[in-house]
Amino acid sequence: MNAWYSVFAALFIVLFLTLVSLIGVGPVGAKGIFGIYIPYLAAVVFFVGIVVRIIQWAKVPVPFNICTTGGQGKSLPWIKNDNLDCPHNTWGVIGRMFLEVFLFRSLFRNTKAQLGQGAKLTFASAKWLWLFGILFHYSFLTIVLRHLRFFTEPMPSFVQWISYFDGFFELLLPTVFLTDIVFLLAAGYLFLRRVVIPQIRYLSLPSDYFALFLILAIGISGVLMRQVWKVDLLQVKELALGLASFRPAIPQGIGDIFYIHLFLVCCLAVYFPFSKLMHAPGVFFSPTRNLANNNRMVRHINPWNYPVKVHTYEEYEDEYREKMKAVGLPVDKE
Amino acid sequence: MELHELPKPEDLVKDVKYRKLPEKPWMQEPVDFKPGTYNYPALAKNLKKVHMPNPREWHVDQQDWHLPDDWQEIILKGFKDRLEKYRSFRLFMDICVRCGACADKCHFFLGGGDPKNMPVLRAELIRSVYRNDFTTVGRLLGNLAGGRKLTLPVLKEWFYYFFQCSECRRCSVFCPYGIDTAEVTMIGRELLNLVGLNINWVMEPVANCFMTGNHLGIPPHGLVENWEFMQDDIEEITGIKVNLPINKKGAEILFVVPSGDYFADPGSYTFMGYLAVLHEIGLDYTWSTYASEGGNFGLFTSHEMIKRLNAKIYAEAKRLKVKWILGGECGHMWRVIHQYMDTMNGPADFLEEPVSPITGTKFENAKGTKMVHIAEFTSDLIRHGKLNLDPSRNDHIRVTYHDSCNPARAVGLFEEPRDIIRTVCKNFYEMPEDSIREKTYCCAGGAGLGNDENMEMRMRGGLPRANAVRYVRDQRGVNRLLCMCAIDRATLSTMMEYWAPDVSVGGIHELVANALIMKGEKKRTVDFRGEPIPGVEPDEEEE
Repeated sequence: MNAWYSVFAALFIVLFLTLVSLIGVGPVGAKGIFGIYIPYLAAVVFFVGIVVRIIQWAKVPVPFNICTTGGQGKSLPWIKNDNLDCPHNTWGVIGRMFLEVFLFRSLFRNTKAQLGQGAKLTFASAKWLWLFGILFHYSFLTIVLRHLRFFTEPMPSFVQWISYFDGFFELLLPTVFLTDIVFLLAAGYLFLRRVVIPQIRYLSLPSDYFALFLILAIGISGVLMRQVWKVDLLQVKELALGLASFRPAIPQGIGDIFYIHLFLVCCLAVYFPFSKLMHAPGVFFSPTRNLANNNRMVRHINPWNYPVKVHTYEEYEDEYREKMKAVGLPVDKE
Repeated sequence: MELHELPKPEDLVKDVKYRKLPEKPWMQEPVDFKPGTYNYPALAKNLKKVHMPNPREWHVDQQDWHLPDDWQEIILKGFKDRLEKYRSFRLFMDICVRCGACADKCHFFLGGGDPKNMPVLRAELIRSVYRNDFTTVGRLLGNLAGGRKLTLPVLKEWFYYFFQCSECRRCSVFCPYGIDTAEVTMIGRELLNLVGLNINWVMEPVANCFMTGNHLGIPPHGLVENWEFMQDDIEEITGIKVNLPINKKGAEILFVVPSGDYFADPGSYTFMGYLAVLHEIGLDYTWSTYASEGGNFGLFTSHEMIKRLNAKIYAEAKRLKVKWILGGECGHMWRVIHQYMDTMNGPADFLEEPVSPITGTKFENAKGTKMVHIAEFTSDLIRHGKLNLDPSRNDHIRVTYHDSCNPARAVGLFEEPRDIIRTVCKNFYEMPEDSIREKTYCCAGGAGLGNDENMEMRMRGGLPRANAVRYVRDQRGVNRLLCMCAIDRATLSTMMEYWAPDVSVGGIHELVANALIMKGEKKRTVDFRGEPIPGVEPDEEEE
């Protein structure tokens, strides 16, 4: 599939979705559908979808322990074991998974290869993907947590604290959240590297762009709603609380931009369980990371292990007995 | 293809541009079978010996591969079956985000520039079919969701690229989700095997190993002669006739090494090294002709074949009534021993937890499988001062150490070999950091790819490793590349000849034997290669 075709196909779908919500709440005026039914439906698909997918994964056995060792394994007592990159026990595995999930340990190793004159290969550090990846995920997380203020009354103090620190640099009024900027920049970087770096452009699929465009559209509509076409946050909260308490009602006068934002979020939620976005729960299941390198200490059981046909020693000796005896090898049967 | 048919080293990769990619999207680019970059098909007789499907004569460069009529059904059924058996496979099909961190981590991409050798795309070859046939979105949207049908060109692409992956697992170190291309390749090859697509350089060793116990198909009497020959060589060098116990019942330890160690130089020097060391410490051990192969080309065939070939090791340990098993310097052998053996062929409850009879050290890390790596065993001997060593006998050798893929990324065996090397040789220089330990580069001949017809691809894939060797050769005067793998010893020798002349290749126990002062030995004037040790003159009376 042509790279630009992929980009435009994905862009087109996201614009189409935006348009659907714009027309749906504007001219059609179906606010009940976009404010109540679709969000409920999306929430159900999101949670059920993820749970089903996780159950599907969990039901598939792990026949072998194929831990990737990234450091010295546990062996002789005087040799120092690297328990984080090559864990030999559960604590090590927890540590390794922590580093992987929270700090993107493996991505931090990234290097960039360059081939120079005379077939000279050099390697440079390449931490940009790690940096923007981590900024993207943490700002996303912060923004999601910040949104809890719409669903809770009274607001938990940690949500207040997050909002307080996030808006600490009061650049503009109303407060511009730091994470909003970082989030858009990081997602923008992830998009740009996909189209600018030839290898990444070559291997990217429409779905890679779709996820990014959808997320960017959510971010942009959110910022617009705060800074440009302001919506009444108290009414938004009323709607959110209504949804959360299963007594949904559509308050009057929330701007259309809000429904667009909400609809795009719903699209992301529905798309999530069926897409590569499942890497989030998936990383916890990765057998090269979540198993201890204790293979020779503890037997790993394969539930479908089955007997196989082998060539036995008896058959072997039958074939070679006379020749074995001729060179003085002991035999079992004379 | 012979080395001299290739362009000069400096010209081989001059057209490689990582950032220049084909205009056509990858799904539409058909595979081009260029001589020197693919492997020859398995001969029918080898498939028959191990009862594998569709034995026939066929040629890669001919249009018709003589597949069964229902090949698509067979593969898709096998696909489904494996999605239900391997969480790894299922997960690796689902969670890749195509971030591209792995793209320039593969030696074949670095030396060849073919984008389908970027690990992510190699996996996408199979993932695209997964999406098309096994996912909801793919079934609905097809191509738009990144799916494509399993057609004959797709199958040919699989054959080409799954036999252009040496299953080294370097990419899995860098992947943020630990996606292991080796696992994808292994299962890709299993699927190809279902319709009779395999390569002879894998299937011949497999068939031989199944019937005779070793890859080379050497019968028991041949092994005895071969091993006695090396016993004689040692006697010539040291004046000592070392022990050579074979198929000895009741020995304490069974010793299993890769057949590459007794088949050809320079592996044979390592084999002689084992013999010398084990004799000197007076170990009560035995070789086996039935289990005369530690290497396991089943790993490059299918999970079932791993198990079928590896079964003989425990079977022989049981028959000979040994207490535990010692294993030689090998790479993929140790992937199997460490990660598969106990699960597949165990439990080894008829053996005892390994304890070194020389030092009393308990090998706690091998208490389940009951199989100890010779590097662990020897580094323990050295730690306890059980070997009388004179490292100055290795002064003419300036070494660097190549971490073989599997001991590095599947076992985590980094310090033991280094401890040994530092003790037996004064001149040890590491290669640059990005090319050693868990980031080590493959010899590009692993996983059955180390054959002559694939020479161009091997030399290309060898560039990253060779590049690092050239660096220490030029900076530190290194003249010996040490490695702990039989495939390395065979394929790196050719690679050095091409990329880094003046650097020889060898195993660790060869250097140990060079330095080992054996009781009652004669004055050493030659090393274990039979080459004169500089500065040591033969005594007059010997002449």
